[in-house]
Amino acid sequence: MQNIPQISWFEEGKLESIVKEAINILSSTGVYIDSKDVLSLVGEAGIRIANSRAFMSEEAVRNAIGSAPDRITIYNRFGNSVMDIGGWNLYFNPGSSAVQILRYGEGKTTTPVSRDLAQFARLTDSLIGYDAQSTALVPGDIPETIADRYRLYLALIYSGKPVVTGTFGLDGFEPMSEMLRVVTGGEKELRARPIAIFDCCPKSPLFWSELAARNLVDCAKAGIPAQIVPMPLAGATSPVTLIGTITQHCAENLSGIVINQLAMPGAPVIYGGSPACFDMRKATTPMGAVETQMINGAGAQIAKHLGLPSHAYMALSDSKTVDYQAGMETSMSALVAALSGVNNVSGPGMHNFQTCQSMEKLVLDHEVCMMARRFREGIKFREAGHSKEIIQEGIKKKQFLSLKSTLKWYREETYFPDAVIDRDIGEKGADLSEGEILKRASDRVAELLVSHNFVTLEAGKSEAIEEIMLREAKKAGIGKLPELPE
Amino acid sequence: MLQFYEKCKKAVIEGDSDLALKLATEAIDKNKPVLDVIEKGFVKGIEEVGRLWEDGTFFLPELVMGAEAIKKALSLLNPILSDQQTKGFKKGKVVIGTVEGDVHDIGKTLVATMLSASGFEVYDLGFDVGVDSFIEGADKWGVNCIASSALLTTTMQKQRGIIEKLKERGIRNKYTVIVGGAPCSRKWADEIGADGYAKDAVSAVTLVGKLIGGD
Ligand code: B12
Repeated sequence: MQNIPQISWFEEGKLESIVKEAINILSSTGVYIDSKDVLSLVGEAGIRIANSRAFMSEEAVRNAIGSAPDRITIYNRFGNSVMDIGGWNLYFNPGSSAVQILRYGEGKTTTPVSRDLAQFARLTDSLIGYDAQSTALVPGDIPETIADRYRLYLALIYSGKPVVTGTFGLDGFEPMSEMLRVVTGGEKELRARPIAIFDCCPKSPLFWSELAARNLVDCAKAGIPAQIVPMPLAGATSPVTLIGTITQHCAENLSGIVINQLAMPGAPVIYGGSPACFDMRKATTPMGAVETQMINGAGAQIAKHLGLPSHAYMALSDSKTVDYQAGMETSMSALVAALSGVNNVSGPGMHNFQTCQSMEKLVLDHEVCMMARRFREGIKFREAGHSKEIIQEGIKKKQFLSLKSTLKWYREETYFPDAVIDRDIGEKGADLSEGEILKRASDRVAELLVSHNFVTLEAGKSEAIEEIMLREAKKAGIGKLPELPE
Repeated sequence: MLQFYEKCKKAVIEGDSDLALKLATEAIDKNKPVLDVIEKGFVKGIEEVGRLWEDGTFFLPELVMGAEAIKKALSLLNPILSDQQTKGFKKGKVVIGTVEGDVHDIGKTLVATMLSASGFEVYDLGFDVGVDSFIEGADKWGVNCIASSALLTTTMQKQRGIIEKLKERGIRNKYTVIVGGAPCSRKWADEIGADGYAKDAVSAVTLVGKLIGGD
């Protein structure tokens, strides 16, 4: 681990003072927990409770930080470890739960249906730069009450990659974990080789809804990694100063870690979030804003300081379409995430304030992620100390192209982007019509959807999860599931 | 007198709630014409705030602080107005909340603030509000308009639930029902038989003004 280019937001002493203040907030102001069960779990551990607020002492918080693992291994559907979330490792997955899709080739947003999510999962499966998939869209052709489990069902069928997901209702956790047990082989197997991460979102400031609090506990008990996703919005639901929001974000994460660790010490939990600044002119939550990137980057450094794996909603944009703004915001944010040491980055494909997903953008963002990764690898000391000889040889040959050293290293030293990125020589006087990159991306989506050889879920398992899904569908009053693509 | 109205106006423009409250108290103590204090003072202030917001000079914090200042003043002055005067001045009553199962309340709170700043009497039920609570609130406070916010595709259905419950009880026509929140659209409003939809807080004010009067 040498020479990692990195952004340092704070010096050590400042990091500790932020954590201290966060703990101070938790012990004096406390955190509201809107769940009787979770309150009693917390109360039994000796934490003072008054009016549904839990006042977490420094000792309780430090114990939880201490018992939480510093790395979490995530597996794919085939039982191979594919993510080692922690340290300086960097992983990307698409943003989750979009309510709209900008269908490729159509240039118009619509409510997604099952087919869109199936295609989305398959496309994610085909792009090596995405280490995990997410339940990226909320299909509109299924009753809303079972949308959470249905998304997971489709994800498990159409991609072998691990899934970043979450529940929408209290009754979602059980069928979702049941499907995961089927796919991994059982309760013990799921615990040993988790293939999904569940987002648990506290409400800022310092409020755990019943759903989010119960999910933290349920995940801990099932051994499913819980990803804490607070979304303090600077000036709207948290202090307007970046440092104030970073501190509140820290307190919210720590409170979640306490709940999670009390349910099961050592349970896998991720210091994460989607903190953002708040646009005071438009009343929006700009995910591409430079301040949003700063808050998130700083959060990752705090997580590292605490020895916890980290997550952030980055590498996404607020643009309504796949344009300059989309590329600019996504790239800046991905790079800041990479250089700040965010381990698990959720966001690619997403735009319009986390409400829309685009497959063309997913393909283009893939290049952004690959480039950010390349950046993060840093500059290696290859043939260090031998530059002189190589240069001499180059001078002798009058070029460097046919040097042994060139042949040996050029593929490793250079990232070659996919053809969606234009590196052709420009023709003089050519007709430069707009939207060329979108067209290339759109073609690439179509091509990948056909050419990608994705591995279907094993026969027995696929029937078993379908059965679970059918049972849920019946409860929701429908007798059959929507038609799915091959 | 003119100078006093000017002070009231300025207190709202500067978003100074304490001063607005002090001025309202002074108006009562010194027997000033309450309706004029409201209309020529505080309301002029909030109109200016609205103008400065529209032209981009003011951002949300100034807007919300102005709204809070006039709200403070009106909380003292409104009860003193005679029914006759109230009729001329007050707009309508709105009950608002984020639907059951949904904790997203930033947008809802903004809409509530903007409505009350514009002179509507607003009853904010908070978030995770059941269908029955909306209807009970509407009945209790005798509102004209029921406004619900939903940010999740799952919880949007509760907006339909409000309308269905009203129909079931045979009181659908008693209220104007409007909906909002990120996944909603005019199409959704039409589909569930709501009377209106607005995409943000400013257009929500225009919408409510148009639907229940006042504008
Ligand atoms: C902030 C946020 C949160 C915060 C909420 C904090 C709070 N105090 O409200 C937290 C982190 C708690 C949160 C939690 C969750 N969230 Co959330 N959240 C958001 C986010 C990013 C922004 C919402 C927001 O505040 N916008 C700013 C305000 C000002 O805008 P607004 O609410 O749209 O309101 C404006 C207009 O809509 C309108 N308006 C609003 N209400 C009304 C009402 C009327 C009558 C009218 C006329 C107008 C009107 O005027 C407002 C002002 O201009 C949205 C994405 C988005 N861009 O919408 C996701 C989003 C809504 N959340 C989402 C999800 C999935 C969740 C969770 C389920 C995640 C989880 N698994 O735990 C939980 C749900 C918990 C629950 N039961 O409610 C999804 C929804 C997907 C879906 N299919 O429904 C979204 C779209 C993001 C995503 N892609 O994942 N979330």
